[in-house]
Amino acid sequence: MSAHHPAAPVGGKLLNTATLVCGVLVAAMLAVLFVRFLFGLGAVTNLNDGYPWGIWVVVDVIIGSAFACGGFSVAMLVYIFNRGHYHPLVRPALLASLFGYTLAGVGVIFDLGRWWNFWHILWPGYANPNSVMLEVALCISAYITVMWIEFSPVFMEKLGLKVAKAKLEKVLFVFIALGTLLPMMHQSSLGTMLVVMGPQVNPLWQTPIVPLLYLLSAIVIGYGVVLFESCVAASAYRREIETHLLQPMAKIMLGVLAVFLAIRVGDLVVRGALGHALAPTLEAFFFWLEMGCFVAPFLIVATPGARRNPARLFLAGVAIMMGGILLRINGFLIGYDTGLGVDYGWNYFPSIAEMLVTIGMFAAEVLGYIVITRRFPVLPREEVAH
Amino acid sequence: MTTRRDFLRGCLASGAAAAAAVAPAPACARDTLQRPPEGLGLLYDATLCVGCQACVAACKRANENPAEFTAMDKLWDTPLDTSGHTFNLIKMYRNGTMETKDSELNGFSFMKTSCMHCADPSCVSACPVSAMQKDPETGVVGYDPDACIGCRYCVAACPFGIPKYQYDSPTGKIGKCELCRHRHKDGHYSACAEVCPTGATLFGRTEDLLAEAKRRLALKPGEWTTIPRGRLRHAQEKVLAGGEDGKGQKHRHGWRDEPDQSYQAQVGNYLQHVYGETEYGGTQVLKLSAVNFQKVGLPDLPPKSSAATSETIQHTLYGGLIMPIAVLAGLTWVARRNVVPEADEKKGDQS
Repeated sequence: MSAHHPAAPVGGKLLNTATLVCGVLVAAMLAVLFVRFLFGLGAVTNLNDGYPWGIWVVVDVIIGSAFACGGFSVAMLVYIFNRGHYHPLVRPALLASLFGYTLAGVGVIFDLGRWWNFWHILWPGYANPNSVMLEVALCISAYITVMWIEFSPVFMEKLGLKVAKAKLEKVLFVFIALGTLLPMMHQSSLGTMLVVMGPQVNPLWQTPIVPLLYLLSAIVIGYGVVLFESCVAASAYRREIETHLLQPMAKIMLGVLAVFLAIRVGDLVVRGALGHALAPTLEAFFFWLEMGCFVAPFLIVATPGARRNPARLFLAGVAIMMGGILLRINGFLIGYDTGLGVDYGWNYFPSIAEMLVTIGMFAAEVLGYIVITRRFPVLPREEVAH
Repeated sequence: MTTRRDFLRGCLASGAAAAAAVAPAPACARDTLQRPPEGLGLLYDATLCVGCQACVAACKRANENPAEFTAMDKLWDTPLDTSGHTFNLIKMYRNGTMETKDSELNGFSFMKTSCMHCADPSCVSACPVSAMQKDPETGVVGYDPDACIGCRYCVAACPFGIPKYQYDSPTGKIGKCELCRHRHKDGHYSACAEVCPTGATLFGRTEDLLAEAKRRLALKPGEWTTIPRGRLRHAQEKVLAGGEDGKGQKHRHGWRDEPDQSYQAQVGNYLQHVYGETEYGGTQVLKLSAVNFQKVGLPDLPPKSSAATSETIQHTLYGGLIMPIAVLAGLTWVARRNVVPEADEKKGDQS
């Protein structure tokens, strides 16, 4: 933690409009889940055998965990690329990641049709090492544990456990290395999950290099989320925005984004799949929407001046997040078509109840973020105005 | 202190990780699996099918599945597609006036929908908890509900849309054809083939079925030929058990002995393709049709299975955990130099 910006609790009341709204949304989610566990998935979701995975998997887990890559992206910048001056961004980003991943892990259980067997995925006797999903599940479980360890100095600080904290910090580098490796592994594998679905996935999103695309996009999304969160936290808590850190970080983000786009387009050209993007289809429309979102940051925050403008940083962050959402929704839902049925095709659009659960999950994340930042030393201590 | 060297070191570490993600390692390449030599399967000949749905009813009974209603009057089983409670269905292709059977234009045709028992099944590759397994001898793709976590990755992975989940139950299972493997020990074979009146669905070893399919394709459309029904007997098959006085159940290779049910029928106007011979490395259920296979609901699949592609990627990256451990070692080495305990860092800053 940089001496210039030690972390401190924000303080203030825990009960306010924001936490109240989040609380109500979480309660609505719990009501839906009660019905789901009592009567089955069909009672609340629009899932069907043509679309066995809906927003509980694609949004809550696949997109939710990508949004939780802020901690990974910033920690990699600070500890692997040794950019120590970004340190004030580590704790808040790690906190958001902690919540994102923990909830994604819990959210999986809502979707599991035979959830009481959940432990099988961690039990060697049942393991299928050929399954991409096994790798994702083990890796995410390990990463959640590692992140709680990485974040535990915050609680130790609050509880005054100085000796324990000092001991942990001596070996923290091991967990930081693990905390960089594990997201690389499962964020890429989340993309590899598409490969076994074969020709059911539109060629615009079905490629053998999909793990690399998902990994690079997760890193970019990580920076995008940090931009988004820093702007929202600054505005909600009426704090000064860390422009001096966000400006250069946004530049790094653009660099990684450029690499991603070059590989994405290059792959489409090499595989000869670009034709699918020019067809008058829904898939092509969503492809261009996705590309638009990924290209937009180059227009919004191209110059150092633009990158000092908080509104532009915020917009760039949102564009990246939208691109990340679309890349994943396009691969798993829009571009997925089991394509069978002589008599009728399959359709899926999430039910209100399904959306309430997804919204409730994000509300739980926001609620946890507010409570912890107000009571624990996460955000950089606010300096007296110069 | 941030130095250019540290930065480059970081680039090197993550560059290696990225390279690891793309670099092909031929040693880990996993070829498409082939059918086991004694693999069992079905041969469905659409030109022989009369659409009576006896196989659908027999499948329901054999698997103790409930009727599914889609009509206003809930009088009989009317599923529109296979589901968690319907493992076998005859679907119909319709075109124009529907005058001629097995004609693509102004005609109609039937197609059986049930598990293809792939040589290299996507569902087996996808399942994280080994609930979907392919029997190494019979090649039957079986499901174990006690292992299953209900993630439905098998449902998403199957290109034939076969594994289906029971969404209407809080304890729903995956439902799919398992070739009546639970009836094999009593000498019974697949119920759908057992009851088929025209031999459109025929049970047997896939190798024998493939030979039979090719025999039919070689014949001239319209000429008369012998069509077996029920179970296709292997040419060298002998009676193995049963009393010499003719009493008691006779068994042939473990199957109940039945009288020869073959009959004379006219050869259909086949497309010269045995669906399932090569698709995804081959399937144990084979199909013959006079109408384009894609038009009757079967996907156009390459000879390479997607399970092979997926597992090649996965084992290239994670085989023996060599790559992750190497990357972790690099990252740990870099992180150790860069992670400064807070107390030390404060001192450094103050000095």
